[in-house]
Amino acid sequence: MSLTLFELWVILGCGVVTLLSRTLPFVFVKRLQLPAGVIDFLTFVPITIMTALCCQGLFIAHAGHWATIDWANLYAAIPATLAGILTKSLLAVVVVGIMAMAVIRYFNWG
Amino acid sequence: MTPELSFRAGLKDVLPTVFGYIGVGLAFGIVANTSHLSLLMVAGLSFIVYAGSAQFIIASMLVAHDPLSAIMLSTFLVNSRMILMSTSLAQAFRHESLTKNLLIGSLVTDETFALAMNKRNRTEGHLSFAWQSAANVVAYLVWGVATILGAVLGSFIQNPTQFGFDFALTAMFIGLVYLQLISDKHLGLTRQLLVMIFVALIYYISLRFTSANLALLIATILGCFFGMELKKCH
Repeated sequence: MSLTLFELWVILGCGVVTLLSRTLPFVFVKRLQLPAGVIDFLTFVPITIMTALCCQGLFIAHAGHWATIDWANLYAAIPATLAGILTKSLLAVVVVGIMAMAVIRYFNWG
Repeated sequence: MTPELSFRAGLKDVLPTVFGYIGVGLAFGIVANTSHLSLLMVAGLSFIVYAGSAQFIIASMLVAHDPLSAIMLSTFLVNSRMILMSTSLAQAFRHESLTKNLLIGSLVTDETFALAMNKRNRTEGHLSFAWQSAANVVAYLVWGVATILGAVLGSFIQNPTQFGFDFALTAMFIGLVYLQLISDKHLGLTRQLLVMIFVALIYYISLRFTSANLALLIATILGCFFGMELKKCH
Protein backbone atom coordinates (compact mmCIF):
# COMPACT_ATOMS: atom_id res chain seq x y z
CA MET A 1 0.00 0.00 0.00
CA SER A 2 2.03 2.88 -1.31
CA LEU A 3 2.06 5.76 -3.73
CA THR A 4 4.86 6.77 -6.07
CA LEU A 5 5.61 10.49 -6.39
CA PHE A 6 4.28 10.29 -9.98
CA GLU A 7 0.99 8.79 -8.79
CA LEU A 8 0.64 11.55 -6.20
CA TRP A 9 1.06 14.16 -8.97
CA VAL A 10 -1.55 12.33 -11.08
CA ILE A 11 -4.04 12.47 -8.19
CA LEU A 12 -3.36 16.15 -7.45
CA GLY A 13 -3.15 17.25 -11.10
CA CYS A 14 -6.27 15.41 -12.24
CA GLY A 15 -8.03 16.41 -9.00
CA VAL A 16 -7.44 20.11 -9.69
CA VAL A 17 -8.45 19.79 -13.37
CA THR A 18 -11.68 18.01 -12.40
CA LEU A 19 -12.50 20.35 -9.50
CA LEU A 20 -12.06 23.42 -11.72
CA SER A 21 -14.22 21.89 -14.49
CA ARG A 22 -16.96 21.33 -11.92
CA THR A 23 -16.83 24.53 -9.87
CA LEU A 24 -15.75 27.34 -12.25
CA PRO A 25 -19.07 27.21 -14.17
CA PHE A 26 -20.90 27.82 -10.86
CA VAL A 27 -18.76 30.93 -10.29
CA PHE A 28 -19.30 32.21 -13.85
CA VAL A 29 -23.05 31.52 -13.90
CA LYS A 30 -23.46 33.34 -10.58
CA ARG A 31 -21.47 36.35 -11.81
CA LEU A 32 -22.38 36.66 -15.51
CA GLN A 33 -24.55 35.41 -18.39
CA LEU A 34 -22.88 33.12 -20.97
CA PRO A 35 -23.35 34.12 -24.66
CA ALA A 36 -26.20 32.25 -26.40
CA GLY A 37 -23.80 30.71 -28.95
CA VAL A 38 -21.68 29.12 -26.21
CA ILE A 39 -24.74 27.66 -24.46
CA ASP A 40 -25.97 26.34 -27.81
CA PHE A 41 -22.61 24.65 -28.43
CA LEU A 42 -22.55 23.18 -24.92
CA THR A 43 -26.00 21.58 -25.26
CA PHE A 44 -24.47 19.13 -27.77
CA VAL A 45 -21.50 18.15 -25.60
CA PRO A 46 -23.21 15.29 -23.66
CA ILE A 47 -24.46 13.41 -26.71
CA THR A 48 -21.26 13.97 -28.74
CA ILE A 49 -18.76 13.06 -26.01
CA MET A 50 -20.74 10.01 -24.88
CA THR A 51 -21.02 8.78 -28.49
CA ALA A 52 -17.28 9.29 -29.01
CA LEU A 53 -16.55 7.40 -25.76
CA CYS A 54 -18.74 4.50 -26.95
CA CYS A 55 -16.83 4.49 -30.26
CA GLN A 56 -13.56 4.35 -28.33
CA GLY A 57 -14.73 1.05 -26.85
CA LEU A 58 -15.91 -0.35 -30.19
CA PHE A 59 -12.99 0.49 -32.51
CA ILE A 60 -9.37 -0.72 -32.34
CA ALA A 61 -6.91 1.92 -33.61
CA HIS A 62 -4.05 1.02 -35.96
CA ALA A 63 -1.73 4.01 -36.52
CA GLY A 64 -1.75 5.01 -40.20
CA HIS A 65 -4.41 2.46 -41.13
CA TRP A 66 -8.19 2.32 -40.87
CA ALA A 67 -9.45 1.25 -37.45
CA THR A 68 -11.00 -2.20 -37.08
CA ILE A 69 -14.04 -3.24 -35.04
CA ASP A 70 -13.61 -4.80 -31.59
CA TRP A 71 -16.00 -7.68 -32.28
CA ALA A 72 -16.15 -8.98 -28.68
CA ASN A 73 -17.15 -5.51 -27.44
CA LEU A 74 -19.65 -5.07 -30.28
CA TYR A 75 -21.29 -8.44 -29.51
CA ALA A 76 -21.50 -7.57 -25.78
CA ALA A 77 -22.90 -4.14 -26.68
CA ILE A 78 -25.99 -5.73 -28.27
CA PRO A 79 -27.49 -7.34 -25.11
CA ALA A 80 -26.30 -4.30 -23.06
CA THR A 81 -28.22 -1.93 -25.36
CA LEU A 82 -31.30 -4.20 -25.25
CA ALA A 83 -31.13 -4.13 -21.45
CA GLY A 84 -31.12 -0.32 -21.60
CA ILE A 85 -34.14 -0.23 -23.91
CA LEU A 86 -36.07 -2.70 -21.72
CA THR A 87 -35.21 -1.34 -18.26
CA LYS A 88 -33.95 2.26 -18.77
CA SER A 89 -31.54 1.39 -15.95
CA LEU A 90 -27.84 2.16 -16.09
CA LEU A 91 -27.13 -0.64 -13.63
CA ALA A 92 -28.92 -3.19 -15.81
CA VAL A 93 -26.88 -2.09 -18.85
CA VAL A 94 -23.59 -2.47 -16.95
CA VAL A 95 -24.50 -5.83 -15.34
CA VAL A 96 -25.86 -7.36 -18.57
CA GLY A 97 -22.84 -6.02 -20.47
CA ILE A 98 -20.39 -7.60 -18.00
CA MET A 99 -22.29 -10.92 -18.04
CA ALA A 100 -22.46 -10.93 -21.85
CA MET A 101 -18.70 -10.27 -22.03
CA ALA A 102 -18.04 -13.11 -19.57
CA VAL A 103 -20.03 -15.49 -21.82
CA ILE A 104 -18.24 -14.21 -24.95
CA ARG A 105 -14.83 -14.75 -23.31
CA TYR A 106 -15.85 -18.21 -22.05
CA PHE A 107 -16.74 -19.40 -25.57
CA ASN A 108 -13.90 -17.41 -27.17
CA TRP A 109 -16.18 -15.49 -29.52
CA GLY A 110 -15.04 -12.25 -31.13
CA MET B 1 -39.96 11.17 -6.54
CA THR B 2 -41.93 13.84 -4.65
CA PRO B 3 -41.62 17.64 -5.00
CA GLU B 4 -40.13 17.77 -1.47
CA LEU B 5 -36.65 19.38 -1.37
CA SER B 6 -35.44 18.44 2.13
CA PHE B 7 -32.17 16.65 3.00
CA ARG B 8 -34.18 13.52 3.83
CA ALA B 9 -35.95 13.61 0.44
CA GLY B 10 -32.53 13.87 -1.20
CA LEU B 11 -31.36 10.72 0.61
CA LYS B 12 -34.43 8.89 -0.67
CA ASP B 13 -34.22 10.20 -4.26
CA VAL B 14 -30.55 9.26 -4.70
CA LEU B 15 -31.10 5.58 -3.79
CA PRO B 16 -31.75 4.20 -7.33
CA THR B 17 -28.47 5.69 -8.62
CA VAL B 18 -26.56 4.12 -5.71
CA PHE B 19 -26.79 0.70 -7.38
CA GLY B 20 -25.16 2.14 -10.47
CA TYR B 21 -22.29 3.54 -8.39
CA ILE B 22 -21.80 0.18 -6.69
CA GLY B 23 -21.73 -1.73 -10.00
CA VAL B 24 -19.32 0.59 -11.80
CA GLY B 25 -17.36 1.30 -8.58
CA LEU B 26 -16.68 -2.40 -7.97
CA ALA B 27 -15.67 -2.73 -11.63
CA PHE B 28 -13.24 0.19 -11.30
CA GLY B 29 -11.70 -1.29 -8.14
CA ILE B 30 -11.14 -4.61 -9.89
CA VAL B 31 -9.68 -2.95 -13.01
CA ALA B 32 -7.42 -0.80 -10.78
CA ASN B 33 -6.27 -3.94 -8.97
CA THR B 34 -5.33 -5.67 -12.24
CA SER B 35 -3.55 -2.46 -13.28
CA HIS B 36 -1.47 -2.92 -10.07
CA LEU B 37 -2.70 0.30 -8.45
CA SER B 38 -2.44 0.29 -4.65
CA LEU B 39 -5.47 0.75 -2.37
CA LEU B 40 -4.12 4.22 -1.52
CA MET B 41 -4.07 5.15 -5.22
CA VAL B 42 -7.64 3.86 -5.67
CA ALA B 43 -8.77 5.89 -2.63
CA GLY B 44 -6.90 8.97 -3.89
CA LEU B 45 -8.49 8.73 -7.33
CA SER B 46 -11.99 8.10 -5.96
CA PHE B 47 -12.02 10.68 -3.15
CA ILE B 48 -9.87 13.44 -4.68
CA VAL B 49 -10.37 13.15 -8.46
CA TYR B 50 -13.88 11.61 -8.11
CA ALA B 51 -14.63 11.16 -11.81
CA GLY B 52 -16.00 7.74 -12.82
CA SER B 53 -15.07 7.41 -16.48
CA ALA B 54 -11.90 9.52 -16.18
CA GLN B 55 -10.64 7.17 -13.42
CA PHE B 56 -10.76 4.20 -15.82
CA ILE B 57 -8.83 6.23 -18.37
CA ILE B 58 -6.26 7.38 -15.78
CA ALA B 59 -5.74 3.73 -14.72
CA SER B 60 -5.17 2.61 -18.32
CA MET B 61 -2.82 5.54 -19.03
CA LEU B 62 -0.80 4.74 -15.88
CA VAL B 63 -0.37 1.17 -17.18
CA ALA B 64 0.75 2.58 -20.56
CA HIS B 65 3.27 4.89 -18.76
CA ASP B 66 1.81 7.99 -20.40
CA PRO B 67 3.20 11.39 -19.29
CA LEU B 68 1.42 13.47 -16.62
CA SER B 69 0.46 16.17 -19.16
CA ALA B 70 -1.33 13.61 -21.37
CA ILE B 71 -3.15 12.11 -18.37
CA MET B 72 -4.29 15.56 -17.20
CA LEU B 73 -5.38 16.55 -20.72
CA SER B 74 -7.39 13.33 -21.14
CA THR B 75 -8.98 13.89 -17.73
CA PHE B 76 -9.96 17.40 -18.78
CA LEU B 77 -11.39 16.19 -22.11
CA VAL B 78 -13.35 13.32 -20.59
CA ASN B 79 -14.62 15.62 -17.85
CA SER B 80 -15.31 18.59 -20.11
CA ARG B 81 -18.96 17.56 -20.13
CA MET B 82 -18.92 18.58 -16.45
CA ILE B 83 -18.57 22.19 -17.65
CA LEU B 84 -21.91 21.88 -19.40
CA MET B 85 -23.58 19.98 -16.54
CA SER B 86 -22.34 22.48 -13.96
CA THR B 87 -23.36 25.40 -16.17
CA SER B 88 -26.90 24.00 -16.45
CA LEU B 89 -27.19 23.02 -12.79
CA ALA B 90 -25.80 26.35 -11.55
CA GLN B 91 -28.82 28.22 -12.99
CA ALA B 92 -30.91 26.74 -10.15
CA PHE B 93 -28.50 27.91 -7.41
CA ARG B 94 -27.76 31.51 -8.47
CA HIS B 95 -29.58 32.84 -5.40
CA GLU B 96 -27.41 30.77 -3.00
CA SER B 97 -24.08 31.98 -1.57
CA LEU B 98 -20.84 31.41 -3.48
CA THR B 99 -19.68 28.93 -0.79
CA LYS B 100 -22.81 26.82 -1.24
CA ASN B 101 -22.38 26.99 -5.02
CA LEU B 102 -18.79 25.76 -4.72
CA LEU B 103 -19.81 22.94 -2.34
CA ILE B 104 -22.50 21.72 -4.74
CA GLY B 105 -20.27 22.18 -7.79
CA SER B 106 -17.37 20.19 -6.34
CA LEU B 107 -19.46 16.96 -6.25
CA VAL B 108 -21.47 17.16 -9.49
CA THR B 109 -21.59 13.85 -11.42
CA ASP B 110 -23.47 12.51 -14.46
CA GLU B 111 -25.93 10.75 -12.18
CA THR B 112 -26.57 13.50 -9.60
CA PHE B 113 -26.89 16.00 -12.47
CA ALA B 114 -29.42 13.77 -14.25
CA LEU B 115 -31.26 13.27 -10.96
CA ALA B 116 -31.43 17.04 -10.36
CA MET B 117 -32.74 17.70 -13.88
CA ASN B 118 -35.38 15.01 -13.23
CA LYS B 119 -36.32 16.57 -9.89
CA ARG B 120 -36.70 20.03 -11.44
CA ASN B 121 -39.53 18.70 -13.61
CA ARG B 122 -41.49 18.08 -10.40
CA THR B 123 -40.64 21.27 -8.49
CA GLU B 124 -41.32 23.97 -11.11
CA GLY B 125 -37.59 24.38 -11.69
CA HIS B 126 -36.56 24.72 -8.04
CA LEU B 127 -33.75 22.88 -6.28
CA SER B 128 -32.43 23.27 -2.74
CA PHE B 129 -28.94 23.15 -1.23
CA ALA B 130 -30.09 20.53 1.34
CA TRP B 131 -31.62 18.21 -1.27
CA GLN B 132 -28.69 18.47 -3.71
CA SER B 133 -26.10 18.01 -0.93
CA ALA B 134 -27.81 14.84 0.32
CA ALA B 135 -27.72 13.34 -3.19
CA ASN B 136 -24.12 14.50 -3.79
CA VAL B 137 -22.66 13.25 -0.50
CA VAL B 138 -24.35 9.82 -0.67
CA ALA B 139 -23.12 9.36 -4.25
CA TYR B 140 -19.59 10.44 -3.25
CA LEU B 141 -19.31 8.07 -0.28
CA VAL B 142 -20.89 5.07 -2.05
CA TRP B 143 -18.57 5.52 -5.04
CA GLY B 144 -15.43 5.70 -2.87
CA VAL B 145 -16.35 2.68 -0.74
CA ALA B 146 -17.43 0.59 -3.76
CA THR B 147 -14.13 1.22 -5.60
CA ILE B 148 -12.04 0.28 -2.55
CA LEU B 149 -14.17 -2.84 -2.00
CA GLY B 150 -13.67 -3.74 -5.67
CA ALA B 151 -9.90 -3.33 -5.32
CA VAL B 152 -9.87 -5.60 -2.24
CA LEU B 153 -12.08 -8.24 -3.92
CA GLY B 154 -9.98 -7.91 -7.08
CA SER B 155 -6.97 -9.48 -5.40
CA PHE B 156 -9.01 -12.66 -4.89
CA ILE B 157 -9.99 -12.83 -8.55
CA GLN B 158 -7.15 -14.28 -10.62
CA ASN B 159 -8.18 -13.18 -14.11
CA PRO B 160 -10.91 -10.52 -13.99
CA THR B 161 -11.12 -9.97 -17.77
CA GLN B 162 -12.41 -13.54 -17.87
CA PHE B 163 -15.49 -12.28 -16.00
CA GLY B 164 -16.02 -9.38 -18.38
CA PHE B 165 -15.46 -6.55 -15.88
CA ASP B 166 -13.29 -4.67 -18.36
CA PHE B 167 -16.43 -4.12 -20.44
CA ALA B 168 -18.13 -2.18 -17.60
CA LEU B 169 -16.88 1.20 -18.87
CA THR B 170 -18.06 0.73 -22.47
CA ALA B 171 -21.35 -0.64 -21.12
CA MET B 172 -21.71 2.42 -18.85
CA PHE B 173 -21.26 4.79 -21.81
CA ILE B 174 -23.73 2.77 -23.90
CA GLY B 175 -26.22 3.11 -21.02
CA LEU B 176 -25.53 6.83 -20.55
CA VAL B 177 -25.78 7.65 -24.25
CA TYR B 178 -29.06 5.71 -24.50
CA LEU B 179 -30.59 7.42 -21.45
CA GLN B 180 -29.43 10.79 -22.83
CA LEU B 181 -30.97 9.94 -26.21
CA ILE B 182 -34.42 9.16 -24.84
CA SER B 183 -34.56 11.83 -22.10
CA ASP B 184 -33.32 14.97 -23.87
CA LYS B 185 -36.65 16.23 -25.21
CA HIS B 186 -35.07 19.59 -26.03
CA LEU B 187 -32.69 18.25 -28.70
CA GLY B 188 -35.05 15.54 -30.00
CA LEU B 189 -34.42 11.95 -31.05
CA THR B 190 -33.79 12.38 -34.81
CA ARG B 191 -31.35 15.26 -34.40
CA GLN B 192 -29.43 13.42 -31.68
CA LEU B 193 -29.23 10.26 -33.82
CA LEU B 194 -27.87 12.29 -36.76
CA VAL B 195 -25.27 13.88 -34.46
CA MET B 196 -24.31 10.42 -33.14
CA ILE B 197 -23.76 9.04 -36.67
CA PHE B 198 -21.70 12.13 -37.56
CA VAL B 199 -19.55 11.79 -34.41
CA ALA B 200 -18.94 8.06 -35.05
CA LEU B 201 -17.90 8.81 -38.65
CA ILE B 202 -15.53 11.65 -37.66
CA TYR B 203 -14.09 9.51 -34.84
CA TYR B 204 -13.43 6.63 -37.26
CA ILE B 205 -11.77 8.88 -39.85
CA SER B 206 -9.70 10.78 -37.22
CA LEU B 207 -8.49 7.50 -35.72
CA ARG B 208 -6.51 6.80 -38.89
CA PHE B 209 -4.50 9.99 -38.52
CA THR B 210 -4.23 10.63 -34.77
CA SER B 211 -4.43 9.13 -31.26
CA ALA B 212 -7.69 7.86 -29.78
CA ASN B 213 -7.82 10.77 -27.29
CA LEU B 214 -7.31 13.45 -29.93
CA ALA B 215 -9.83 11.70 -32.21
CA LEU B 216 -12.30 11.88 -29.30
CA LEU B 217 -11.78 15.65 -28.96
CA ILE B 218 -12.02 16.29 -32.73
CA ALA B 219 -15.21 14.20 -33.02
CA THR B 220 -16.77 15.92 -29.98
CA ILE B 221 -16.07 19.49 -31.14
CA LEU B 222 -17.04 18.90 -34.79
CA GLY B 223 -20.13 17.02 -33.56
CA CYS B 224 -21.24 20.07 -31.54
CA PHE B 225 -20.82 22.38 -34.57
CA PHE B 226 -22.71 19.85 -36.72
CA GLY B 227 -25.53 19.83 -34.14
CA MET B 228 -25.68 23.65 -34.16
CA GLU B 229 -25.91 23.67 -37.98
CA LEU B 230 -28.71 21.07 -37.85
CA LYS B 231 -30.57 23.28 -35.41
CA LYS B 232 -30.27 26.28 -37.78
CA CYS B 233 -31.80 24.22 -40.61
CA HIS B 234 -35.04 23.77 -38.65
